[in-house]
Amino acid sequence: MLVTLTVNGVRRGASVPPRRLLSDFLRHDLALTGTHVGCEHGVCGCCTVLLDGEPVRSCLTFAVTVDGREVTTVEGLARADGEMSPVQRAFAECHALQCGFCTPGFLCAVTALLRDDPAPSERQVREGISGNLCRCTGYQNIVKAVHRAADLIAEES
Amino acid sequence: MTAKLFGEPVGRREDPRLLTGRGRYLDDLGSGALAAAFVRSPHAHARIRDIDVSGALDIEGLVAVYTFEDLPPRVAEPLPLLIPHPALAHGRTARPLAKGVVRHVGEPVAMVVAHDRYLAEDACALIRVDYEPREPVVDVEKAAEGGPAVHADVPGNVAAHLVQEVPSAAGVPARQMIESAPYTLAFRLDIERSAPMPLEGRGVLARWDLDDRSLRVYSSTQTSTGVRMAIAARLGLPLPSVEVIAPDVGGGFGVKLVHPWPEEVLVPWAAMVLGREVKWAEDRREHFVASSHERGQAQFVRVGFDGEGRVLGLDVTLLHDHGAYTPYGIIVPIVTSTQLLGPYRIGAYRVEFSSVYTNTVQVTPYRGAGRPQGVFCMERTMDRIAAYLDLDRTAVRAANLIQPGEFPYDQRMTFQDGRPLIYDSGDYPESLRMIKELIGWDSFAEFRAAAAADGRRVGIGIGCYVEGTGVGPYEGGHVQVTSDGRVHVSTGLTSQGQGHETVFAQIAAGELGVPLDRVSVVTGDTRRLGYATGTFASRAAVVSGSAIALACRKVREKALRIAAEALEADPADLVVEDGVIRVAGSPGAAIELATVATLANPLRYAFDAEAARATQFAAPGDPDRPPIAEGEEPGLEGRAYYSPLRSTFASGMHAAIVETDPDTAEIKILRYAVVHDCGRLINPMIVEGQIHGGVAQGVGGALYERMAYDSHGQLRNASFMDFLMPYATEIPHIETAHLETPSPLNPLGVKGAGEAGVIPVAAVIAGAVEDAEGIVIDRMPLSPSDLFRLREEAARRR
Repeated sequence: MLVTLTVNGVRRGASVPPRRLLSDFLRHDLALTGTHVGCEHGVCGCCTVLLDGEPVRSCLTFAVTVDGREVTTVEGLARADGEMSPVQRAFAECHALQCGFCTPGFLCAVTALLRDDPAPSERQVREGISGNLCRCTGYQNIVKAVHRAADLIAEES
Repeated sequence: MTAKLFGEPVGRREDPRLLTGRGRYLDDLGSGALAAAFVRSPHAHARIRDIDVSGALDIEGLVAVYTFEDLPPRVAEPLPLLIPHPALAHGRTARPLAKGVVRHVGEPVAMVVAHDRYLAEDACALIRVDYEPREPVVDVEKAAEGGPAVHADVPGNVAAHLVQEVPSAAGVPARQMIESAPYTLAFRLDIERSAPMPLEGRGVLARWDLDDRSLRVYSSTQTSTGVRMAIAARLGLPLPSVEVIAPDVGGGFGVKLVHPWPEEVLVPWAAMVLGREVKWAEDRREHFVASSHERGQAQFVRVGFDGEGRVLGLDVTLLHDHGAYTPYGIIVPIVTSTQLLGPYRIGAYRVEFSSVYTNTVQVTPYRGAGRPQGVFCMERTMDRIAAYLDLDRTAVRAANLIQPGEFPYDQRMTFQDGRPLIYDSGDYPESLRMIKELIGWDSFAEFRAAAAADGRRVGIGIGCYVEGTGVGPYEGGHVQVTSDGRVHVSTGLTSQGQGHETVFAQIAAGELGVPLDRVSVVTGDTRRLGYATGTFASRAAVVSGSAIALACRKVREKALRIAAEALEADPADLVVEDGVIRVAGSPGAAIELATVATLANPLRYAFDAEAARATQFAAPGDPDRPPIAEGEEPGLEGRAYYSPLRSTFASGMHAAIVETDPDTAEIKILRYAVVHDCGRLINPMIVEGQIHGGVAQGVGGALYERMAYDSHGQLRNASFMDFLMPYATEIPHIETAHLETPSPLNPLGVKGAGEAGVIPVAAVIAGAVEDAEGIVIDRMPLSPSDLFRLREEAARRR
C-alpha cells in the first residue's frame, strides 16, 4: 500500500505492506533512523514521535494508518538553519543523555510537554516524562534539562 | 592559553549527533542487508527429536534456513569458555545452535535469513521443532540438592566450588575465631535475579567482501577486539582479514561484554556463505530469554564479634545461580567473595561458593558484577551486629573501618584478575563522616519523631562498599597529530554511553596543549587499534585514559624535539599552549604543532603547499644523518599501552531515608545521598551522571526488578510491561558529594566510576525499610506485596 505523509515538513511516500509499523517505516523505508525501537510493545517510549503534534508510540502504530498526516521525528526538531531546539540544547547542557538510545523519544515527548505546559513543576515534569524509560541517567539530569528547556523557551520567545 | 581541561565538567562531544538523530546504532546501519531471525526453544529443558523446516520454504523472500546439522564443525562447536578457572571443574557453554538438547527457554535452535525481518519471523513461525520435554530445574537450591541434571555429565549440577580462607593475623581460621568470639550470629540473605537490560538490544551486521575475501562486522558489543579474535578463530579467517567495529551502542551494563554470542558467529558465517550482507537486531523478548541475567544468589552468614561490634570472624557460604551455561567463568561469585569485605578489616574470613546450573538464562556480569550481593551480605551483617549490641549502625561500621594510615591494605585474597586484593588508597572514616553529614544521620531521630507524630513511618539506612576498578591486562592509546594540526586519538575499548569521546579528548588536549575542538576520539574500532580488552569493571578511564596520556606524552616529547631543532632552542625551554610551541620568555620564537607534524614526516612529494616544507630540498637536514634518525618513525604520532600492576580501589558510602505506607506497604525513597571516591575526577559532570544512573539501576534491583521464572522454567515477565524498570516517577533526587583520594598506581591518579552507583543500593534500602518497620529484611528485591506479607508474618509471631 502506498503511504504518503509529511515528515519533518517534507512530503514523503513509500509503498509498504499493511503490517509495517510506523517505526520501521520511518527507519527502514524513509531512512530516518533517529527514531529508535527499544521494546516494540509500547512501554519504553524510545520510538516516540509527534503525530500531528502529539506524542505517539510509532511501534504501536501501523504506517498505513497515518497516511496524509504529519509526523515530526528527532531529525525534525532542530531549526531549519540547523541550530538545535531549546529542548535539544538543554539536554546537552544538563548531561541528560548517556548512551543516547532513549533520547529521541524523550526529546519528542518533552517538546510536546513544554508546548502544552511551558512552566511545569518538578512533579509535573516527572509525570510528563513517565512514559519514557532511560536505563543510563537515573532521570535526574533529564528532569533538570526539562526545566532548563522551559527557561530557554521563555527567554527566546 | 589552553584552558584547564582535566577535572572540568566539559560538555559531551557525543551529544550533538545523538540529539539530532545522527547516532549510528547497530540497526541504523546496513540498509538493504538481509535479516536474520531465530527459532528459539519454548522449553526450559527438552530433547530435540526432529526439526521440520519444510513449512518455511514457501515463504516468499526466504533466503536460507540453518539448523545445527547445516553448520560446519568449527562453527557448530560449543562457544568458548572465556575465563577458565581451576575451580571451574565443569564449565559448559552453549553451541551457536542447539544440538539435540535445549537447556533454557530462548536457546537458539534454527536461524532463518530472509529479505526482511517480518519475512524472517514468518518463516520462523512455520518451522516445526519436535521436542521431548524433560524435567527442568529452576530453583538453585533444588538444583544443588540433586534436582534434575541440567547437563547430563555434570554431577549435582555444580559447575564450580571454591573455598578461600584468610586466617587472623595470629593464624587462627575464621570458624575457630567465630567459635571463640564473645557474640555470634547466623542468618541467611538472598538476592534475586535481575538483568542489565540496556534499551538497545544486542545486534550484529556482517559484510563479506568477496573480492578482498575480508569480513567487516559491526556489533553492539563491549569488546570489539574480543569479538574479532573469536570470529577469526571460529570462521578460520586470518586475523588481518577481519575487522570489527562497535558503532554507537545503546547501553551495555555488562551483557554486551559476553562474546562471541551465537549470533556473532552465525550472522558473519551466513554473510560469508551467502555472499550477502546479513543483519540481526535483537528484539526485547529475545533479550529477556536469550542474553544474560545476574544477581541471583543465596548467602549464608556466620559472624563472631566483640562488644564494640568488631568482626572477629566471618564465614560466608554462597549458592550462586549460574543459569544454564558458564561462558564468562566464575567471575561473579569470585567478585562477591572478595569484594564482600568492603572497607573493613575483618579478623578472619572464610568464604565458600558453589556455582550451580539451572534451566534458566545464563548468568554473566551485570554492572556491579557480584558486588551488590556481597555488599548486601556485609552491610546487613553490620546492621545485625548493631541491632544485637544495641549500637548505632554507623558506630559498628566505624569500629571496623580500615584507617587511612593502613594503605596499601592487603586483604590477603586473590581478586578477579588473578592478582592480590590490595587496596591502594582511600579514606573511609572521612567518607563515613561525610555521608552522615550529608544525610543528617545524627539528627534523624528528630525527623522520625516528627513524622511519627503525623502517623508516618520513616527509616534510615546506610551502605558502604569498595570496588576494585581498572583491571588489566591492558589497554592502548594511539595519538596522531596530522599536518592540519588535528589530533586523532584512538583506543580499542568501546563506549556504551560513558562519554569516552569527551573524557579521552580532555586527557589528550590537556597533555598535548591543544584546544579541545581539535581532538577527535575513536573507540572500539579494530581498524584503528587492534589490541584491547574491553569496557567492563569500571576500567576505561583508568586503563585507556592512562594509555592515552602516555601516548600523548610520547608525542609531546617528539614534537618538542623537532620544534627545538626548528627553533634552534633547548627542548627544556619550550612550552605548548593552544597548539603552538613557544620558547618560554621569547615571544617571537614559535612554531605551530601542525608545522611540526609536517616536519615530522620527511617527504619526497609535496601534495600541497604546506607539505612542501617537508620535502628534500626545502628541509635538507644534516647530510651525515638519515632523514629519519635511527629508532625514530615518520609522523607525529605515538602509541602506548598501560598495563596496571593491579586494580585500583574506588569506594563510597550511600545513605537513604525511606517512608513506608502503613496501609499499602508502598515504599518511597524520600532522600538518597552518595559520597563517592573515584580518585581524581576527569569530568565531574560525567562521574555524577554515572552515579545517578547506577543508583537508579540499584533502586530497580532493590524495589522492582526480578526475573519471575515459574517452576517450568518459563519467564513469566519477559516484557517491559511486566519487568518493572523504574521510570522518572520512581527514582528519587540523588544528592552527591565527592572525596578525591588519588590512586598511586596510575599516571592520572584516577579510579573507576562506572559501576559504583549500583553497588550498595539494595543494602541501603533494606536497612532503611528495616529501620522504618522494625521487621528484619533479609531478601531483595522488596515489593509492597512482599513487605505486606512480612508485616503479616511479624504480626502472627507477636
